[in-house]
Amino acid sequence: MSAAALKMTYREACKQAIRDALLADPRCFVMGEDVGKYGGCYAVTKGLLEEFGPERIRDTPLAENGFTGAGVGAALAGLRPIVEIMTCNFSLLALDQIMNNAATIPHMSGGQFAVPLVIRMATGGGRQLAAQHSHSLEGWYAHIPGLKVLVPATVEDARFMLAAAMADPNPVLIFEHVVLYNAEGELDPAVTAVDITHAKLRRPGRDVSLVTYGNSLPKCLAAAETLAADGVEAEVIDLRVLRPLDMTTIAGSLSHTRRVVIVDEGWKSGSISAEIAARLAEDALYELDAPVVRVCSREVPVPYAAQMEDAALPQVAAIVAAARRLVRP
Amino acid sequence: MADFLMPSLGADMETGKVVEWLVKPGDRIQPGAVVAVVETHKGAIDIECFLGGVIEDLAPLDVELPVGALLAHVHAAGEAAAAAPAPSPAPTAATAAAVEGPRETATAPRPAAREPSPEAAGPAASTTVGPKLSPAARRRAQELGLDTAALRGTGVDGALTLADVELAATQSRPQAAPAAPAAASAPRAARAGFDPAQMRQAIAAAMTRSKREIPHYYLTSTIAFAAAQAWLDAYNRERDPADRLLPATLLLKATAQALVEVPQLNGFHENGAYRSGPGIHVGWAIALRGGGLVAPAIHDADRKSLPELMAALRDLVQRARAGGLRSSELMDPTITVTSLGERGAESVLGVIYPPQVAIVGFGRVVQRPWVVAGTVVPRPLVALSLAADHRASDGHVGGQLLAAIDRALQSPETL
Repeated sequence: MSAAALKMTYREACKQAIRDALLADPRCFVMGEDVGKYGGCYAVTKGLLEEFGPERIRDTPLAENGFTGAGVGAALAGLRPIVEIMTCNFSLLALDQIMNNAATIPHMSGGQFAVPLVIRMATGGGRQLAAQHSHSLEGWYAHIPGLKVLVPATVEDARFMLAAAMADPNPVLIFEHVVLYNAEGELDPAVTAVDITHAKLRRPGRDVSLVTYGNSLPKCLAAAETLAADGVEAEVIDLRVLRPLDMTTIAGSLSHTRRVVIVDEGWKSGSISAEIAARLAEDALYELDAPVVRVCSREVPVPYAAQMEDAALPQVAAIVAAARRLVRP
Repeated sequence: MADFLMPSLGADMETGKVVEWLVKPGDRIQPGAVVAVVETHKGAIDIECFLGGVIEDLAPLDVELPVGALLAHVHAAGEAAAAAPAPSPAPTAATAAAVEGPRETATAPRPAAREPSPEAAGPAASTTVGPKLSPAARRRAQELGLDTAALRGTGVDGALTLADVELAATQSRPQAAPAAPAAASAPRAARAGFDPAQMRQAIAAAMTRSKREIPHYYLTSTIAFAAAQAWLDAYNRERDPADRLLPATLLLKATAQALVEVPQLNGFHENGAYRSGPGIHVGWAIALRGGGLVAPAIHDADRKSLPELMAALRDLVQRARAGGLRSSELMDPTITVTSLGERGAESVLGVIYPPQVAIVGFGRVVQRPWVVAGTVVPRPLVALSLAADHRASDGHVGGQLLAAIDRALQSPETL
């Protein structure tokens, strides 16, 4: 079994997770644009059509609202669909189905109907795909009650979050960052499952907390390394789940660092970073020994040109500078 | 550039005095280097600096400084400021900062007014009167009843931070230690000198705080020491006196090993929560001649071999009595072990050294009747005790620790 293979790419981890789900439950199937013959626009589902056949790996027309709606219906009718939306930018076409149906039907039916639907989407910038393919909209989805929003940043989470999502009776959205697909990581053979409720401490430190998720996690870890060389010990918290937010872990970190930098590839205005900052102000104000600082994407559509794109997205140097300014003003 | 501050060598230290610098301004230091000798109530302590780079701006000798006071600046490698000996005609912001000290940097005018980026636009002028306070600093200042109007902050935008407030509170305290003047007038002994009266005062403060704040619970257990004694006798028989082990070594190692199994007792209770220690750094209680007590750390005791532990104990006891303990040894203990030794009492119930959460005690090894397979026989026994912080653990956990120590001492060959 591949679980015994220690080193794996994030892409392969996503694929193995889907394979496991298909093998574990005959009600499970995959549906989306180019997931079958083409093998997925990011090659995540490559080979699954051959293994599981066209009944379970279904290519759809370019009609996000239609096939996402079909996924909602299939889930209501007792199946366990995994819908892939090529990038979260296109998911806006399906927002009606996601918000008005998937997220609300369980509530509107007084709990009589569950929508055990999983929607995977690629998110984020950094691969020169320009503004219509590079935005980070997971923070928007975290606004919606009735959804769970997962943001795997490590190979381990990419490998095991899906199983937890499949087991959840609610609609669960998984945002896979496009830059992470090629990232390699070690899998601990002892770990065979992960939770989808907790943020995780990725690096302990005492001077400042870097709170982040997705592809900003490796950037924060690199920043922590740079800061350490300078004697600043940064603690790195990987949110993992944007809804519901695990504020306990964030506040716990803050209670000893008393300083926080939130790093979010979304835009600042009305973002998940804004939500975290607001909750810290509501619940943990007197723990703070410095202003809450955010490193986010510039408030522009993500540019195409490489140097412009780099300048628009959060980068290690900006994280280092933000943390340093808090610790050693 | 980083600040090297007066370390807190335990909960009972409020001030210290640099009596000797072992480096000169401009020296390049490695992290962990011993850079100064600081006189405290625990005697003259070798102070390590865990910053690397070029050290500058050394604090003056023989001045009583509070914990957290600036002792020196350390410029990391690659920083231009430290390397340049002569000020250039137009000092950069960094050199200006180095000359003026850290408190100035926050308020120093920016070298060139730059167009604010649209995103950086914030409230340009603050309407606050008096110094800014961080929320944490504001709450602490209120608790302390401290007037902050005249204070200057080191935080973002010159705000007063928690550390600034606590430092100011220490400085404004009306001479909390009456022993200080006596200490100042007393002739300073070469290296060993600590003032027993001052140390007594510090112990009194720490132990009073412990008994006032920590809800202790106590557990005791009597342990058969025959297996350990037999193993020790066999081991020592074949070795020169210099290489022989004392029973204390076994007790220390057994405790350290047991803490691997029961990490809930190896750490600190601070700010209302338990935090486990970064390693098993056993503070070994050492009685000083002339009175007084110090419990410096034997670092990573669980990973040291018995001969290594014996050497560490010997070295530590010698330095505790003759002077030359290092700052990390006083700052790092995650638990305390007190072993009364051959001339000690039969058992001990310890008082926890805050913010640690446990103290393990061993009495003298005594010959007592013991029941083995239904028969009363004379056996060497040792009374083992635990005093632990009930906020951090319950008796069940404490019992697990005692059982684990017992188990370890029944199989001394595995230590």
